Amino acid sequence: MLDFIARRLIAIIPVLTVVAVFVFLMLRLTPGDPAAVIAGDNATSDQIDAIRAALGLNEPIWTQFAIWIGNILQGNFGESFFFKKTVAELIAQRVEPTLALAICALVIAVSIAVPLGVLAAYRHGSLLDRFVMAFSVLGFSVPVFVIGYCLIYVFAIELGLLPVQGYIRIGVDFWGFLERMVLPSVTLAVVFIALIARMTRASVLEVLNEDYIRTARAKGLSNRVVLMRHALRNAAVPILTVIGLGIAGLISGAVVTESVFGLPGLGRLTVEAVLSRDFPTIQTVILLFSVVYVLINLLIDISYTLFDPRIRY
Amino acid sequence: MSEAKKPVLEVRDLSVALPPGADRAHAVEKVSFTVNPGEIVCLVGESGSGKSVIAFTVMGLLAKALKPTSGEILLEGENVLAADEARLRELRCTRMSMIFQEPMTALNPVMTCGLQIDEVLETHTRLDAAERKAKIIAILGRVQLPEPERIYASYPHQLSGGQRQRIMIAMALVLDPVLLIADEPTTALDVTTQAEILKLIAELQEGQGTGVLFITHDFGVVAEIAHRVAVLRWGELVEMGPTEKILSRPEHSYTKMLISSVPSIHPQHRGVRKDGITVLRTEKLGKTYSGNAFFQKARVVKAAVDVDLDIRRGETLGIVGESGSGKSTVARCIARLIDPSEGRVFLGDTEIATMTAGKLRPHRRKVQIVFQDPYRSMNPRITVGEFIIEGPMNFGLKRDEAMARARKLMETVRLDPNSLDRYPHQFSGGQRQRICIARALAMEPELLIADEAVSALDVSVQKQVLELLDEIRQRLNLAVLFITHDLRVAAQICDYVAVMSKGRVVEYGSAEQVFGSPRDDYTKALFAAAPGRHWEFGKFATA
Repeated sequence: MLDFIARRLIAIIPVLTVVAVFVFLMLRLTPGDPAAVIAGDNATSDQIDAIRAALGLNEPIWTQFAIWIGNILQGNFGESFFFKKTVAELIAQRVEPTLALAICALVIAVSIAVPLGVLAAYRHGSLLDRFVMAFSVLGFSVPVFVIGYCLIYVFAIELGLLPVQGYIRIGVDFWGFLERMVLPSVTLAVVFIALIARMTRASVLEVLNEDYIRTARAKGLSNRVVLMRHALRNAAVPILTVIGLGIAGLISGAVVTESVFGLPGLGRLTVEAVLSRDFPTIQTVILLFSVVYVLINLLIDISYTLFDPRIRY
Repeated sequence: MSEAKKPVLEVRDLSVALPPGADRAHAVEKVSFTVNPGEIVCLVGESGSGKSVIAFTVMGLLAKALKPTSGEILLEGENVLAADEARLRELRCTRMSMIFQEPMTALNPVMTCGLQIDEVLETHTRLDAAERKAKIIAILGRVQLPEPERIYASYPHQLSGGQRQRIMIAMALVLDPVLLIADEPTTALDVTTQAEILKLIAELQEGQGTGVLFITHDFGVVAEIAHRVAVLRWGELVEMGPTEKILSRPEHSYTKMLISSVPSIHPQHRGVRKDGITVLRTEKLGKTYSGNAFFQKARVVKAAVDVDLDIRRGETLGIVGESGSGKSTVARCIARLIDPSEGRVFLGDTEIATMTAGKLRPHRRKVQIVFQDPYRSMNPRITVGEFIIEGPMNFGLKRDEAMARARKLMETVRLDPNSLDRYPHQFSGGQRQRICIARALAMEPELLIADEAVSALDVSVQKQVLELLDEIRQRLNLAVLFITHDLRVAAQICDYVAVMSKGRVVEYGSAEQVFGSPRDDYTKALFAAAPGRHWEFGKFATA
């Protein structure tokens, strides 16, 4: 097991190297000059040259890469061209809303989708089952921002139950934080509810045909015990896989959701950084997301062993 | 069995309707029988006879599509057909229990065996945790599992098939039910394990006076265990009586036909060996599987070791053994479906064990296999005709010539040549196996390998396919390698027999010699375990 974790951690290195090279090249090779952006619309070409020299943009591209990688390995992610702060500082400021949003969305999604999927499988062919399937299709196909604006219109504008936009730090005012978290989390969760409910239904449905489910019923166990103890646990592995994959979607979903609800998180930081060609920020955010994604998948792989004793690494 | 007590199970006029559109209206029609305390009643029948439907109806576990339409099922006088779901749950495992065919899949893979039995006690008793544990350890001992404490904490995948079936039995009997329903409980097990499980069931039910409804298709098992036998066909009970009477003096023509189809365990006299040409010979053939792990030591499994065999034209060589003995591995090495790791395989004079894939291709035609499961070895989306001609066309035969050959072969395997444009699902299991044989023959092979080719078939169909294979062997002067776990089948079809155990050939000789006077201890144990070996199944004239 430890052996497996060690091997997986080592395997992260080439993955991240590829990501790093890719991220570095993509931004340098796209047209548009960051020095010109920083200097503003009225700058002279001398001013732009000076900025360029100061940022090291005149160096050959591989020198820039070597310097950049060297700095990152020392924990120095550079200074944002645009925000005039170190990137590390910037990210530290922006991480809380995104983390809160992701966790809330995930909790909502799992706690709604899994029971819904199990019920749909148990009563498959019923009205409830059809409703769940229809909802899944809808959840997949409606874009996140449409859901977001619809929710804002109904709950914030028409009913006035919740604030439209904005964010309050969790440490400042917990209720205010919660109030402002509800709509964005639900918005972001919709796709995952669709995805996880569908997967849970399919997975449980398959397990319900297994011989050991028949055995469990022959023991005189109640339906609830058969479903939750025997069926769900055996169906867990594909569901976990989907949850793991979904976290990648969560990140891209966060970009849109944060923009719709005006949350000052990493998603919006990414958008702002891209629009202002803020290389160090974009690169760091992408690297960060990659690390998170790889680690979460490792966690998911390890969690398989909790559910299925036959899986051993 | 002349118990004065009331029967534990009384089935009266039971009918179960099939959903509309099925091949007949009722899965079970007007079936009546009883099971007395301490008695083992066998329900015998071929597939589709309704024997499992009866068992599931008693337990209340029928699929929703099937509905009991008439009759009653009395469990100690209580009609379970009229019981609601809650009452049925109370009865399950306390008064009536069931064990199933597949011990490999009947236990929940993610729960320990101990907890799975514990669930029964937790649901049906008020014992506390310590009492429950003590009771479970006791029952694990009673079903003769070694180290009950270790077994308690084991997951199903850590146990063998026989051990898992013992867990199932422990689970079923832990609350001393009056009725045990056993649905083909030994069919998936090896013959030696089967003998142990049958003995265990008989001992436990005798000790407790449990009534057993035992479902099987195997007359060997019937001869071994049953007090009374009920024979079913197409959902109707055709004959019922004491075992000895049914087996030796059956009255109904269907029963006579069934019993006559059971292959004898004594081999036929096949005459002296002719000087045939050796079609295939193996020299020290071996296959080693090794898992590669990065940091751990690689696991090495020797599936076949030093196997020397030869098969001559016009002869059938049988390889007999239990699961994991390496018999299929040898067959697959010979056909080069897998690559042997050691030794040599001569096809005629050509050595094929180490031949590269490209050079091997022209030789592929000469060795053809018929597999065990006719339901899964045919592509469901192509017609039977396409299935048969694909191989010959691949070797350059023109379409119309291949089709002509396919038509001829359909006649050879006694199927209608006009059905070549049908799809596999339109045929029965026995018909599909004939089609698979026709497909193999279409390649005009020198060696036909039948890998458990009749094991999935009902006994009457099995008999027909065996006769067909033997006839084809004689007519085409074909060499046949016949892989089977069934000693009776081997005795009837093989000229020579190799007995395999743990990857090695432990005994090799003519069928008469091996069956008549086995020398190896393993072979002797194998024969001793064959169910119903003391019973010579008669051949009855069926009117």
